[in-house]
Amino acid sequence: MAALITAEPARGSTSPGPGTPRRLGFSQTLSRWDVKVSPYLYISPFFVLFALTGLFPLGYTAVVSVYDWNLLGGQGEFVGLQNYADVLGQPTFWKSLVNTLSIFLLSAVPQVIVAITLAALLDRNIRSATFWRMGVLIPYVVAPIAVSLIFGRLFADQYGLINELLGGLGIDPIGWHTDRLASHVAIAAMVNYRWTGYNALIFLAAMQAVPRDLYEAATIDGAGPWRQFISVTVPQIRSTIIFVVITASIGGLQIFDEPRLFDTQGLGGADRQWMTTVLYMYDVAWGNQRDFGRAAAVAWMLFVLILVIGFLNFMLSQRIASSGPRAPRVRRSVTRGLLAEARAAAAGTPRGAAGRGPDTTATTTTDRRDA
Amino acid sequence: MLSSTRSGGRRLAATAGIATLALGLSACGGGSDEGEGGTADEPITLTVATFNDFGYTDELLAKYTEEHPNVTVKQTVAAQAEDARTNLTTKLAAGGEGLADVEAIEVDWISELAQYPDLFTDLADPELDGRWVDWKVAQATTSDGKLIGYGTDIGPEAICYRQDLLEDAGLPSAPDEVAELLGGDDATWDDYFAAGADFVKNSDSAWYDSGVAIYQGLVNQIDYAYENEDGTPKPLADNAEISDLYGTVVEQDEAGLSADLEQWSEDWTSGFQNDAFATMLCPAWMTGPIESNSGGVDGWNIADVFPGGGGNWGGSFLTVPASGEHTTEAKELAAWLTAPEQQTAAFENAGTFPSQVEAQGSEQVQSFTNAFMNDAPAGQIFSNRAQAIEGNPFKGPNYFAIHQAVQDGIKRVEINGEDPATSWDKSLAAYDELGL
Repeated sequence: MAALITAEPARGSTSPGPGTPRRLGFSQTLSRWDVKVSPYLYISPFFVLFALTGLFPLGYTAVVSVYDWNLLGGQGEFVGLQNYADVLGQPTFWKSLVNTLSIFLLSAVPQVIVAITLAALLDRNIRSATFWRMGVLIPYVVAPIAVSLIFGRLFADQYGLINELLGGLGIDPIGWHTDRLASHVAIAAMVNYRWTGYNALIFLAAMQAVPRDLYEAATIDGAGPWRQFISVTVPQIRSTIIFVVITASIGGLQIFDEPRLFDTQGLGGADRQWMTTVLYMYDVAWGNQRDFGRAAAVAWMLFVLILVIGFLNFMLSQRIASSGPRAPRVRRSVTRGLLAEARAAAAGTPRGAAGRGPDTTATTTTDRRDA
Repeated sequence: MLSSTRSGGRRLAATAGIATLALGLSACGGGSDEGEGGTADEPITLTVATFNDFGYTDELLAKYTEEHPNVTVKQTVAAQAEDARTNLTTKLAAGGEGLADVEAIEVDWISELAQYPDLFTDLADPELDGRWVDWKVAQATTSDGKLIGYGTDIGPEAICYRQDLLEDAGLPSAPDEVAELLGGDDATWDDYFAAGADFVKNSDSAWYDSGVAIYQGLVNQIDYAYENEDGTPKPLADNAEISDLYGTVVEQDEAGLSADLEQWSEDWTSGFQNDAFATMLCPAWMTGPIESNSGGVDGWNIADVFPGGGGNWGGSFLTVPASGEHTTEAKELAAWLTAPEQQTAAFENAGTFPSQVEAQGSEQVQSFTNAFMNDAPAGQIFSNRAQAIEGNPFKGPNYFAIHQAVQDGIKRVEINGEDPATSWDKSLAAYDELGL
């Protein structure tokens, strides 16, 4: 732009008259087009791909879901919302939803807490920091199949390592494949093994971006490590926490590999005690029902569910990690305190305790605002 | 983006995306040219898709090129049958794009595929009459008389057992004696269970590995297990035959005959090393897995006997998808691969017992012994067992859905320790859920 502006007076001086602006106007139009259109062209590959691989299947799934549609037989009759009604009427669907939510809670909650703790530890000055930081990422590199094989040995019911160890301690073996909750714990353990380190690194990256002078200031104010973590680190990496919580929710609700590979049949056990919703969808489409219509209905309901839970988590994590909503409350108490002080001064009765209180709140408010 | 969808979701999303795309294209891809490009000299490449180990080595396939210089044969092998099945059904749904010229299928998939006979080339050929045992051909013949697959191997069942464990429990342990103990030629399931009851009294091991396997053996001897002749399902709640079998299996479990292991699970494979069970229903192809799971255990042997007459478990076919470019040549190749000479070679390579009458009687098969099974004359035993197979249980389109509902019921009792009556009620609920 700067070049254009400097060029303009030079040309104008050589050929004055009404003809020049038109020629300039053309190149200007070109460059204006360039400025306006090019960015969209540059990012268009993503959107074209997304429309092809994301939006189209989404829309097409909606179409499939209102037809009778067999895997091999193809499109059948239009059935309206019958597929949705059929799925909602199957107890296995509801069971799979409960399983999904249970595995999701068992994996996402500990995962985020442990990841953030690990990140805080790695953020400190430790020896050979890179080694430790890469170390937590190793489980993420291991292929899910390999994880399932290893954990399959650990969690085998009769000859598994964990049950042998428990037996050595005189504890009754746990039915990792028979007890519903135990199977959820075992699957959540696989998920956590794989994803905790990955999330820890994301948190770590965000923590490294927190200005160091905030910690110095906090140290001078007498804040210990815990206080610093709660009052400086967590609010500063809020947007990262929201990101991780939302991606963890999406991933957790779509969990498939781990339960699929948890036993040989891959259908969530004899009583479907660990069948997740995506696994159920797979079974409906490619398993015994062979019904793409119903599977598409499940896919859409799962999509809506993920949107709802993602939104809830967004609201929740914003509340937990935010210092924002608290600020006005403090400010109101400050004003109230100041008013009380003023009234007291006016009445001519100095109230020591009341006078000191608002002062301290005022300093914390300014501190927060700076942070 | 990378983290927003876990690999599971990603894989599924990819599969779903591809599948939906494929479905959209199926309308255009349907009408392929059939049997074109037939000139004998034109060089072509034929692909054969198999799974596990069919025993088709590169040398064997090279032999075909020697006889047909213009044809190059390539084989793609899926590690597991289930992978091959997903690949086949998805691509069939996509109008056949990307399928191999010759696709191997398992007997279990036939009932479903036979509903769409137009997807496959009719392989019926009068010259090949009498090549296979009758029931093998019947399995691959659709209701309108089309032959959709050439038989490769079959799974005639014998009893594999641990001679050392039987000996320790004071039971006879030589193959002939064990066959006699289980009733010889007129062996019944009651004989088998009675011997088991004797055995478990004197041993820490269980009699067999899994009630589901026993049920599989039992149900394969019923002609119309879950469906009527016309393919309509029998309501499970009124199916006395099946509820009796279910009762038999859970009763044996209560008597402690079952090791309560799910076949192919971690516990099952560990069970071989831990002397968890003494006998197994043993189709010919099962000798392979037994050997690979029992490293260091050397007491296995095969008894030439099977309760309740003969039984077949599994076996495969070669089909020619109708959408292929060279269906005529592919049919010729499939016929060649399933000829007695080639299947005899495959048996020696991979232990897959041939379904061809001539191959079963051949010198190589008859004289084959299994060194791991204490030199049991496997070739002879399994051809005896193949001859004992009578009839061909009907498996319609709903067979596997209903079968799974009952299997799950047995698993709930054996593995989850559920009450048999409650578990049966759940199986009935699962049947209702199928919406048949």
